[in-house]
Amino acid sequence: MIKVAIIGIGKMGISHLSILGAHPKVEIVGVADTSKFSTDMLKKYTSFNIFNDYKKMLESVSPDAVVVSVPTKFHSNIVKDLIERNIHVFVEKPFCIDLDMGEQLVKMVKERNVINQVGYHNKFIGTFEEVKNIVTSGHIGTINHFEGESYGPVVIKRKQSNWRSNPAEGGGCLMDYASHVIDLVNYLVAPIQNVRGTILNSIYSENVEDAVYALLETENNITGSISVNWSDETYRKMTTSITINGTKGKIIADTTELQVYFNTNECPNGYTKGWNIKNITTLSKPVDFFLRGEEYSAQIDYFIDSIIMQNKNRKNTFETALHTDKIINQIKKYKLS
Amino acid sequence: MDRILFGDNQFFGVNHISETKARAIAIQFKNDKSIVDTIDIAREMDINTFMCTTHDRIKNICDIIRADQSKYEDFTIYPCMPYAHKYANAITEYGIIGTIKEYVPGNLLGSFLKGGMAVVSKDYIAIMELMIDAEMKMFKNIHTPIIFLQNVVTDLLLGLGMKDILKAYHDYIKQKYDAEAGFITMNLPALVNALNEMDIYNPIICSSINKAGFRMSGGIQQYHKTIRNNKMRLIAMQIFGGGAIPAKEAIDYICSIPNINSILFGASSKQHINETANYIKEYDRIYQNEYDLVY
Repeated sequence: MIKVAIIGIGKMGISHLSILGAHPKVEIVGVADTSKFSTDMLKKYTSFNIFNDYKKMLESVSPDAVVVSVPTKFHSNIVKDLIERNIHVFVEKPFCIDLDMGEQLVKMVKERNVINQVGYHNKFIGTFEEVKNIVTSGHIGTINHFEGESYGPVVIKRKQSNWRSNPAEGGGCLMDYASHVIDLVNYLVAPIQNVRGTILNSIYSENVEDAVYALLETENNITGSISVNWSDETYRKMTTSITINGTKGKIIADTTELQVYFNTNECPNGYTKGWNIKNITTLSKPVDFFLRGEEYSAQIDYFIDSIIMQNKNRKNTFETALHTDKIINQIKKYKLS
Repeated sequence: MDRILFGDNQFFGVNHISETKARAIAIQFKNDKSIVDTIDIAREMDINTFMCTTHDRIKNICDIIRADQSKYEDFTIYPCMPYAHKYANAITEYGIIGTIKEYVPGNLLGSFLKGGMAVVSKDYIAIMELMIDAEMKMFKNIHTPIIFLQNVVTDLLLGLGMKDILKAYHDYIKQKYDAEAGFITMNLPALVNALNEMDIYNPIICSSINKAGFRMSGGIQQYHKTIRNNKMRLIAMQIFGGGAIPAKEAIDYICSIPNINSILFGASSKQHINETANYIKEYDRIYQNEYDLVY
């Protein structure tokens, strides 16, 4: 059994805790949160060992691994504390606001050989995994354009209140929504290197942007755009998609459906020339416990299995997440300049 | 429970296999009348139970049903609460306490109203009861003999081991609404164990069951074992595996499992509603005859 503790039981944390709670290879040894309202509830109705101070928890329960799901501005200090104790870390996205600190953490995990994962869950969605396979196989040809999009109804009226509406704390559509799209492009197409243009629009929020549009260029000179808006009420929930144009075909994928066009008969197994459609129902691998989507359980399984097998995780490392943070920063800077 | 229950995903742009189709359906059902017309088509096929989320638009549908009581005399609704995206989006914007403030009625911190007191004194069960009452308001004077807890909440509590809350939900529905509690889940074997431990006997459970094993967490074999060995009133949902299984094959499979009481499906056209209902009736006859021959 892997001894896991969790710091932060907000929206993401409580879902991670439930998935971990049902995990057959995990023993939850501690739960920490500064909100007494949340911790008192768990004290009353669960058998978890509850703390309001995470440092006390670490001293008291010695976990093998910790899931960190606190507001982004607190990530770096907490994660540093954990790595110094050689504890494996899963931290929510985005990784770090302070890039120098991010660099330091990447260096530390390499030296100390701890498993380090960031919660970019899209990489565990069957449709996007299949896109990765197709792109890697080369059947789409040379990529000449990409478009990453994400829309949802988070801020649909003028009002503001919590840390997500404060840019200094990691709030705003760029950090919260666009980070997913940037990270997905980095993974599926190639790491983004340059920002060629940025529009950050406030629609309802006063302090942060509600929409992000940017022109980007990858390290191998592929250009494309991202279009992200969290104030779009025509979407019932967050909806992320990617389009990739290549010399031998085209891919359009979202979380439910994959559409692929090949212009020759040289296709991967299971595909033919012309349009092919596959759905998440056939592309997603079953999980042992389902909460909000297979991907949320799958990323936790991957983290736990990496610890058990003592394999370095390749997906969603601190290093790849830091690269996403750097591009977020470049987009912000471009806007400022 | 009727053998066939009519679902509501199609009305609100929920489609598990395509965002494009989801939008097309959202456009088709833009007007409340188009929803009611489709419910009426289902009623013509003797499908008199509508299982729906507590989506804002259901309020309007309830108004229409209340306004024509003679027409909808035999009509039954199984509410499924909460409409989770409403709360998930609210938590992103307001945080957990902020969301409670937004949705728990009478919850002005510092006031002596029940909601304010419940939050201050951290009476979590009272907060849950107030949230149930808020969600149930729209169904006033409508026949709602079973009230479901949505899978996102059932399964969250299940993973956290908060079985007392599942039991509290079960008891409150009985006490306040003179109805039975139902549980929607994507983790049937684990839920059945938890409900057994809480002495909730013969529970009403709605779960993904399909030939493809889609969203049957723990595996299809484990599901069959659980269904065989436990007493429950079981509703099968997602019988087409999110569109992966042809209709006839999907329904043949579901009707062949003896312990499934009801089948839930949603469809947006008369042709699909009729086709699905007819297949269920046809395969029920076939399996009933086989059963009669054996016993």
